[in-house]
Amino acid sequence: MATAAGQAAQAPGARPIGRVMAQVAMVMNLDKCIGCHTCSVTCKQAWTNRSGVEYVWFNNVETRPGQGYPRQYEDQDKWRGGWRRTAGGKLKLRAGGRLKKLATIFANPVMPSIRDYYEPWTYDYESLITAPLGDDMPVARPYSLISGEPMKVEWSANWDDNLAGGPEIASGDPIARKLGEKVRFSFEETFMFYLPRICEHCLNPSCVASCPSGAMYKRAEDGIVLVDQEKCRGWRMCVTGCPYKKVYFNHKTGKAEKCTLCYPRVEVGMPTVCSETCVGRLRYLGVILYDVDRVSEAAAVADEHDLYEAQLGVFLDPEDPDVRAAARRDGIPDRWLESARRSPVYALAKRHKVALPLHPEYRTMPMVWYIPPLSPVVDALTGTGHDGEDAGNLFGAIESLRIPAEYLAELFTAGDVAPVNASLRRLAAMRSYMRRINLGEERDETIAAAVGMRGRDIEDMYRLLALAKYEDRYVIPTAYGVDDADRGVIEEVGCSLDTDGGPGMGGMGGPIPFGEASGQPPPASVETFHALRERQTSDGGGHLAGRVNLLNWDGNGTPDGLFPPSGSGGGGAAADRPPDGAGAPEGGAR
Amino acid sequence: MTWLDQALWGVLPYLVLLVLIGGTVWRYRFDKFGWTTRSSELYEKSILRIASPLFHFGLLVVIIGHVVGLAVPKSWTEAVGVSDTMYHVMALSLGIVAGVCTLVGIALLIYRRRTNGPVFSATTVNDKVMYLVLVAAIVAGLATTVLSAGADLAGGHGHDYRVTVSVWFRGIWILHPDVAAMAAATPAFKLHVLIGMALFALFPFSRLVHAFSAPVQYLFRPYIVYRSRDPIPGRASRPAQRGWG
Ligand code: HEM
Ligand code: SF4
Ligand code: SF4
Repeated sequence: MATAAGQAAQAPGARPIGRVMAQVAMVMNLDKCIGCHTCSVTCKQAWTNRSGVEYVWFNNVETRPGQGYPRQYEDQDKWRGGWRRTAGGKLKLRAGGRLKKLATIFANPVMPSIRDYYEPWTYDYESLITAPLGDDMPVARPYSLISGEPMKVEWSANWDDNLAGGPEIASGDPIARKLGEKVRFSFEETFMFYLPRICEHCLNPSCVASCPSGAMYKRAEDGIVLVDQEKCRGWRMCVTGCPYKKVYFNHKTGKAEKCTLCYPRVEVGMPTVCSETCVGRLRYLGVILYDVDRVSEAAAVADEHDLYEAQLGVFLDPEDPDVRAAARRDGIPDRWLESARRSPVYALAKRHKVALPLHPEYRTMPMVWYIPPLSPVVDALTGTGHDGEDAGNLFGAIESLRIPAEYLAELFTAGDVAPVNASLRRLAAMRSYMRRINLGEERDETIAAAVGMRGRDIEDMYRLLALAKYEDRYVIPTAYGVDDADRGVIEEVGCSLDTDGGPGMGGMGGPIPFGEASGQPPPASVETFHALRERQTSDGGGHLAGRVNLLNWDGNGTPDGLFPPSGSGGGGAAADRPPDGAGAPEGGAR
Repeated sequence: MTWLDQALWGVLPYLVLLVLIGGTVWRYRFDKFGWTTRSSELYEKSILRIASPLFHFGLLVVIIGHVVGLAVPKSWTEAVGVSDTMYHVMALSLGIVAGVCTLVGIALLIYRRRTNGPVFSATTVNDKVMYLVLVAAIVAGLATTVLSAGADLAGGHGHDYRVTVSVWFRGIWILHPDVAAMAAATPAFKLHVLIGMALFALFPFSRLVHAFSAPVQYLFRPYIVYRSRDPIPGRASRPAQRGWG
């Protein structure tokens, strides 16, 4: 199945290495996701707990099969996201090229409306305390945060969690529909898993390509895709452009916002908030070196099934001396090269080939990859009374449980079951190989050989996937201009925007001439961490007590204010705090 | 030519220009974050899908019409053989069609603003003032066109703004506004010009600034934009040490 691009990478001598770039990429191990939504909630606390983005979840967790968020976003016949290959072999934006974009700029014909996400709401909690004494329990009724009217809550970002709503809702799953009626039914009875999603920070981002103002960009140093809040003019074409629907429109500021891969944290070597707080400890962050000059060609291969291999072909081997020389030539610092060598993402995606891209058929070359879940297979086996850790049994089950594999293939390999099966077989091999070791039996190289690996590789994979130590999961070099001394010093209290008169305190750092959404957004950056620290350790920041910004918390210890004070006098700190919702920080993403 | 004429057609245009240019520069420097269309499509799209293109495309034709009518001297069009009648028939018919599109478009937009809950609550006082002036300008403009067309149809000759307003307008740019020419225009034209000036003065301070950033450069740039991490000035910034980029 290897394509031209794939082979070229295996034999780097065959073709000179083009411009090398580095990308901080992510892998998620779906077997371990328990669907707890901790990642979504901590992300929201850090980035989207402001008005205008109430409905926005940079990180969301979907139950599959299910419709996803926004509803049925995978139906590209409807939403027209991503790229399309023309008969001539060129890539075009599915929603139309430059001229069409400008011609339809006055009203974007395929933009999701708030109802496709969900109408955000709050409750009139006040009625709980102000209701007159009576026989009936007072209730807090839901109110729309969009219109301010009372509303009936009918849908949300995870309304179909754990298949809540049953087959009617699951049958709206675009992938289940693709697989057909019969399959869907048996499938629903056997298989369910969680899919946490963030922006893919694609190598060939269609959101960036769709932005008429050029406000969206991919950072050359670390590949993070961002929206420049000062250049965005609210043409809202990026929302349509992203096939994963991971660019959102802030309806208060009139600007697009998206997952930032927590760049202020990543720049100083800290993992993203979602990774840091993941209960399953299933997220991996690491550097991938890639050849930019090969991206568009790989994204345009004719057969959708080749896209996965083509993307692997774009990734460069950090151990290869030629690659290292080319990387140095292109200005990548040695620190980053070292980091790339230890990258868990490279190991899982390319060395062990267990991680797969999400919807490669969108041709955006996504950079958040997934290890498909083996547990449904194991569960099915043990459910029938078989030994769920025996390699032979597992291999057989993977072959025979066709429907889950086909569903996973629609998610991860444009419908090609072979790579999904190969990945599941490696996971199965790891299980039985390691069981023998745990039981004190001999190492059985034949198990490893059956999946084209060596015992050593399996143990390496085991260390990454099962032991999953913090240092192995997150291998993130610091941004240039910031040195390792910054690591760990960022334990902190308070929100960087909460200076006197600052945006967090209800202002935009000055008079507000054009409403709450005007002025200059304060940049969230490495430097502001230092400023923040200074502010917090100097006098005059007293009113910050009691606030913890998770964005800056490195997971060590418990900063003051993480938990409410125990004992007496606890109300003091909260008392001189402004009322909640008094103008939250705007425009974090730049 | 009274002192009022002098003030309105000799001085005011320059004040408006000053406000327009100065205001735009100021707004751009201090409020890039507020510089946006403030699209409301997320809230409501079925009316918007008809109203917004109707309004904008109509307006674009109207703007082109203004540029031709005001900037191109009568002698030029006559030189290329376009007779006065031909010009008028063209300009009036096209003007009426475009003007009506614009008017219907903006009427629908305002109806939507008023009746759709979320859109209404996202409407600021600034928006309301802007809409008032914008609608007034369009209505007054359309009125002048209709009056001229009416006069033409009645067999007579409507007021020829190309020998009054246009001459005055071109004079502004060579710092020699022909106040007498403008003073000779009909009251309808005077009103339209005054409202137009109010609109220009309001422009930099309203959401209308989005028109200045019409993204034509999109046609010429490569699809994927790469950018290096911004050095962010701030009191705690440190000199870049080892590093790259
Ligand atoms: C060619 C340049 C222009 C472009 C590309 C443009 C584009 C847009 C866009 C995308 C919207 C947002 C529609 C939405 O999603 O809610 C909008 C709204 C608007 N534009 Fe323009 N525009 C342009 C020129 C103008 C001009 C010259 C004017 C008036 C002098 C104008 C007046 C308006 C108004 C009043 C609205 C608000 C509509 C509403 O939501 O009620 N635009 N424009
Ligand atoms: S997933 Fe992220 S980088 Fe890729 S197209 Fe969507 S918003 Fe852009
Ligand atoms: S925190 Fe981890 S385990 Fe919990 S839903 Fe998110 S990804 Fe899954």
